[in-house]
Amino acid sequence: MNCGKLYAGVDVGASRTKAALLDARKTVVGRAVKKSGTDFAETAEACLESALESAHAKRSDIACAVATGYGRHNVGFAAETKTEIGCHARGCYLYFPFSITIIDIGGQDNKIIKLDEDGRRIGFKMNRKCAAGTGAFLEEMSLRLDIPLEEMDGLARQATRPVSLGSYCTVFTATEVLEKIRQGEKVPDLVSGLFSSVIQRIMEMDSFTERVVMSGGVVAYNPYMVTLLEDRIGRPVRVPEYPQFSGAVGAALYAMHL
Amino acid sequence: MVGEKMPDGSHPVRKDFGTLPALKKLMEDHFRELDRASRTGAQKVAWCTSVGPAELLRGMGFLVYFPENHGAMLGASRMATELIPYANAVGYSPEICSYLTSDIGAFLQHRTPLQKAYGIESVPRPDVLVFNTNQCRDVKDWLSWYARHFRAPLVGVHTHRDIGEIRGYQVRDIARQIQDLIPALEAVCGRPFDMDRFKQAVDLSLQTSRLWRRCLETAAAAPSPWTFFDAVIHMAPAVVARGTRAPVDYYRLLLAELERRIADGVAAVEDERHRLYWEGMPIWGKLRSLSEHLSALHACVVASTYCNSWIFDQLDPAEPFESMALAYTELFIVRDEAYKERYIRQCFDRYRFDGILFHDAKTCPYNTNSRYGMADRLRSALSIPTLTICGDLNDLRCFSEEQTKTNIEAFIEQLEE
Repeated sequence: MNCGKLYAGVDVGASRTKAALLDARKTVVGRAVKKSGTDFAETAEACLESALESAHAKRSDIACAVATGYGRHNVGFAAETKTEIGCHARGCYLYFPFSITIIDIGGQDNKIIKLDEDGRRIGFKMNRKCAAGTGAFLEEMSLRLDIPLEEMDGLARQATRPVSLGSYCTVFTATEVLEKIRQGEKVPDLVSGLFSSVIQRIMEMDSFTERVVMSGGVVAYNPYMVTLLEDRIGRPVRVPEYPQFSGAVGAALYAMHL
Repeated sequence: MVGEKMPDGSHPVRKDFGTLPALKKLMEDHFRELDRASRTGAQKVAWCTSVGPAELLRGMGFLVYFPENHGAMLGASRMATELIPYANAVGYSPEICSYLTSDIGAFLQHRTPLQKAYGIESVPRPDVLVFNTNQCRDVKDWLSWYARHFRAPLVGVHTHRDIGEIRGYQVRDIARQIQDLIPALEAVCGRPFDMDRFKQAVDLSLQTSRLWRRCLETAAAAPSPWTFFDAVIHMAPAVVARGTRAPVDYYRLLLAELERRIADGVAAVEDERHRLYWEGMPIWGKLRSLSEHLSALHACVVASTYCNSWIFDQLDPAEPFESMALAYTELFIVRDEAYKERYIRQCFDRYRFDGILFHDAKTCPYNTNSRYGMADRLRSALSIPTLTICGDLNDLRCFSEEQTKTNIEAFIEQLEE
């Protein structure tokens, strides 16, 4: 495939590394995701190679690359680094070019970013130094409940009487879940309760503007989260084409303008 | 963040001040004098909270030791985090002031940053401990622990809080409380109160305040000759030696150097592009890394509530009790939200900053002003962005370096959009 000039964005997150390749028309032509592991530089390289493979392109097709995410400074091939806040903003605004509130639920942190109609950031917030309400929280709970992560979304959808979990902290929530198990609550109801607690943590972080967008790996694998948020706020929630890749797409958009 | 690089790959240049040797000498003299007095009993030592009645104590011939300054040293030397748990273990919660917990933890472990800095083995033994609750209730609890340990008298002033317009009764009450300390202090120092000496201490404190204000206000220049991270270091004489001649002499030197920097066009941050205000306590163990990180982003923190809090220019030697009471009642920390917002808006007019960094210090609610919506209100009122950094003055367990770094970078990106 002859892609012409490609722009690469690599998002080295706390849990997963994502790479996205955009052509000059801002179309995603290649992408890949890998566990970030312990060697961010190597993972970024491998992820980019996989993205190139998926685009049937080669390294020399890349005109420019930008890195983002916690491991952004470890990406040797990136011409520049940008924060994941800036990249998620650009990545979502590409699909929804109007005033939006972006909710990104990542592996280790949550972000709420508000953009004006021109895509400029009005403000942003990240979660405090606490994993409650993040992907790490769901991973911890899947381990405790011995439920594979990929089955959680399906289970949550089967809930008939979702349990209410009130604790603020991951450890306390785990204790609360054990208590609910002892009380005989059904697993789908517990998982739905966990999803709801993630939404609750998000809603505590900031107010939302009219149009809401959700992105991030947690939403990509657990789209039921979107339904739960829609129920809570009473209006539709938009999701970009590749929610897990919003940061990487945004980084590629930055690369396009370097 | 240590070793932060500029976009061109170079490292930010730290521009030390020529006055630094004089600052170091002043601080060493301060601690050596206290240590000598503690060991020999030649002079009485009073422990005093940071904005306690130091002028009165100086006027009565006490050497004055400030535990909060020691707390800041524990933080800056990064000893605090490992010492806090020792205080937690004797019943002082990790949720309360980490100056208190690190200081008591250090004492229990027979450790002090004075050992490494000056070879001084211990903080000085107090003959009396004097508090003013204007900083918080924790300072009283803190000094109470030592009062019990040393079996030394504890006296103090209980402040008014949430003050809007200052009322006469508030000033009269504080003035009366300061006067009421005298008999107890006379009993400790063994000589009668001397009004002339007291007035002299108030006068020296006033001179210090005026010079300190002028030093801080040089940061209104663009580019600024210094940053918040410089100022918190050079603030030490105003904290530990106000009411004496030494800080007056020091701030004359410093002011001259700052004015020379302005005249010569010397910028604290190369290619200053963004001017910021710091609201809240310093993160003592991260001063250098935060300073370098912001420098690398061409951002200069030009003003802060914290450094301004050691300006007491309402002091008046002609009315020493009343003016001290007024100075300590006008303090930002004891005022209501409306006053605080007005105050920061006035700072905005003077320093023309582009954004505000709020430090939400986990263990210091009194010096944290982002918890009741002020950041949002100021963002609207001033049409500038604000960012809240979660951290702590001393307990680095409450601070995420990577998250803070990302937040600050994103904030600067936002300013550049």
